[in-house]
Amino acid sequence: MSEVALKTRAARTRAPVWLRAAVPWALAVLIILALPQLMTTSFGRTLLIEMGIAIVFAVAYNMLLGETGMLSFGHAIYFGLGGYAAVHVLRFIAAGLLLPVALLPLVGGLGGLVFGLLFGYLSTRRAGTAFAMITLGLMELVVALALIFDHLFGGEEGISGNRTSGPELFGITFGSQLHVYYLVAVWMLVSLALMRAFTRTPVGRLCNAVRDNPERVQFLGYDPSRIRLIAFAGSSFFAGVAGGLFAVNYELMAINSLGAERSALVLLMAYIGGIGSFLGPILGAVLVTFLQVALSDYTQAWLLYLGLFFVLVTLFAPNGLIGLVLMHGPIARAGLLHRLAAAYALALVPALLLAAGLIALVEINYRLAIRPELGPAMKLFGVAFDAKSATAWIVSFLLVGAGLLGLRAVAPRVAARWGETLEVARA
Amino acid sequence: MTASALELQAVHKSFGATAIIRGVDMSVGRGERHALIGPNGAGKSTLFHLITGRFPLSSGAVRLNGEDVTGLAPFEIYRRKLARSFQITNIFPRMSVYENLRCAVLWSLGHGYSFLRLIDRMPDVNERAQAVLERIGLAARRDVPAGLLAYAEQRALEIGLAIAGEPEIILLDEPTAGMSHSETEHAVELIRRVSEGRTLLIVEHDMAVVFGLADRISVLVYGEIIASDAPEKIRANRAVQEAYLGTVPA
Repeated sequence: MSEVALKTRAARTRAPVWLRAAVPWALAVLIILALPQLMTTSFGRTLLIEMGIAIVFAVAYNMLLGETGMLSFGHAIYFGLGGYAAVHVLRFIAAGLLLPVALLPLVGGLGGLVFGLLFGYLSTRRAGTAFAMITLGLMELVVALALIFDHLFGGEEGISGNRTSGPELFGITFGSQLHVYYLVAVWMLVSLALMRAFTRTPVGRLCNAVRDNPERVQFLGYDPSRIRLIAFAGSSFFAGVAGGLFAVNYELMAINSLGAERSALVLLMAYIGGIGSFLGPILGAVLVTFLQVALSDYTQAWLLYLGLFFVLVTLFAPNGLIGLVLMHGPIARAGLLHRLAAAYALALVPALLLAAGLIALVEINYRLAIRPELGPAMKLFGVAFDAKSATAWIVSFLLVGAGLLGLRAVAPRVAARWGETLEVARA
Repeated sequence: MTASALELQAVHKSFGATAIIRGVDMSVGRGERHALIGPNGAGKSTLFHLITGRFPLSSGAVRLNGEDVTGLAPFEIYRRKLARSFQITNIFPRMSVYENLRCAVLWSLGHGYSFLRLIDRMPDVNERAQAVLERIGLAARRDVPAGLLAYAEQRALEIGLAIAGEPEIILLDEPTAGMSHSETEHAVELIRRVSEGRTLLIVEHDMAVVFGLADRISVLVYGEIIASDAPEKIRANRAVQEAYLGTVPA
């Protein structure tokens, strides 16, 4: 190879830092612009909007869990209180307040920030288990208070507003779902960029240090509880932004938006996706929202499937789904992914058998226990059968058994294949 | 006589009914390299924890450059330009070596709790972190997670965290513990260089290191200082020989 060719090759592999950093963002913008053209149904766009809101919330949550090592069991209160702040301001807008509806997520963020500072001040003096317990207690407290202050929170029915009541700005009225989609998309991108930038500031790095070893941080001149408070406040701000987006989308905030279920759901999103990377919670939010919105149309047991999925991920992929993806990074860069295809295809067969057996068992039980009025005749995977027949049960158990045995036989071979390929890729 | 950089006055520490430090008076002069020696369990590490605010004192006082710092939090004492290393490696295992050092230089460069500027765009932080990285000989390991370093490398990083903020007073707790002979030589050379023009208080078991490095030596036995003097006088001190040095083949 000539010297010039060598130089150009070196230049190509070492693209400027800003360019390499810009590529994923440009890709994200392209995807965001393309998606509503691909998913034109109201259902599809609702799903996309929900995903965008969940992404902001999950990444905000990971500012605490993954970046600073703080496990919060009650983070939905900042989502919910932010949303309530937004919906109340929306009502003021309807009453004549001159504020563009597009800025409501900022109102939500400020709401989240105020309560984040208040409750963070109380909880971040402690770390670890004590911190987690305080967040749980605060959540119960806020839910109880919200039920008492009925005129502010509207109880089970909630507080509603009208997002089209605002002043028209550049022809955007939020009457159409697509307007809401783009509003969510813009706020999501801005929030993600800001949260990403935060991890690269001095305090962002100190958050990692506090996660790794809070004691040592003290001997470098910093108060770890102060750093925890900043992380908590930042996380609450962006949780509030997500709540504000939720308020604009549904034009309604109810008590269930700040309680235990949503708090648990965001924890699942972050954990399933993987808390060790910025992309992890994004992936988790997309997946869990999909399960929640899409699956709940098909089966009442979606929460059970979600729980099962969560257990599987924590058991077999402790770094989350993104960890599984990143495991393949060196192999993909070496262009050797095809070498894994056969092994993965082999593992897919017993995995599908196991999944089919489990789903059959869950659905049969749900039909018999929860919806007995529909009768025992049911249809699954295109097969009609009687839920009370011995055959249905035996086949289901056989599928589960065959799947488990098959996976046990195949798993070591898949792992060995992956190890071999990785070594080739590294060589 | 130079003014004291660090002064301990009637320092006591008890854990429950057990008295660990039983009235320590000690003074480290400014610019001095001072070694603290003593048999296992004498309370050397406890004394370090008391000086640096990790444990509260039961009674007594600690003064830095004449200022009473008794009862201050560790980060407040650090801000008065006293930094330390730990006997048991105490680093940030999931962060790279370079990130470890960047966190360690931030406060001394006056960046405080800054979250509005990107750390990559802070030339002073990056220059200082890079300089420390080279100084402790870990330049080739810059991007390796600190938890994956070899033992001696982790010890070097431990010293690096202590010196990164350019403190006036450095406390090193057994910096060469567990090192091989050549690694120890390396470490001593490093300590000699970084303590140039600063005050050093070091706990060390290796007598060759102690007598080669220290201007003064204090001997701690069962929570009390039994001697504090120049190395040759410590070597000749009968009480010290009985309590401690006699057990070490000279």
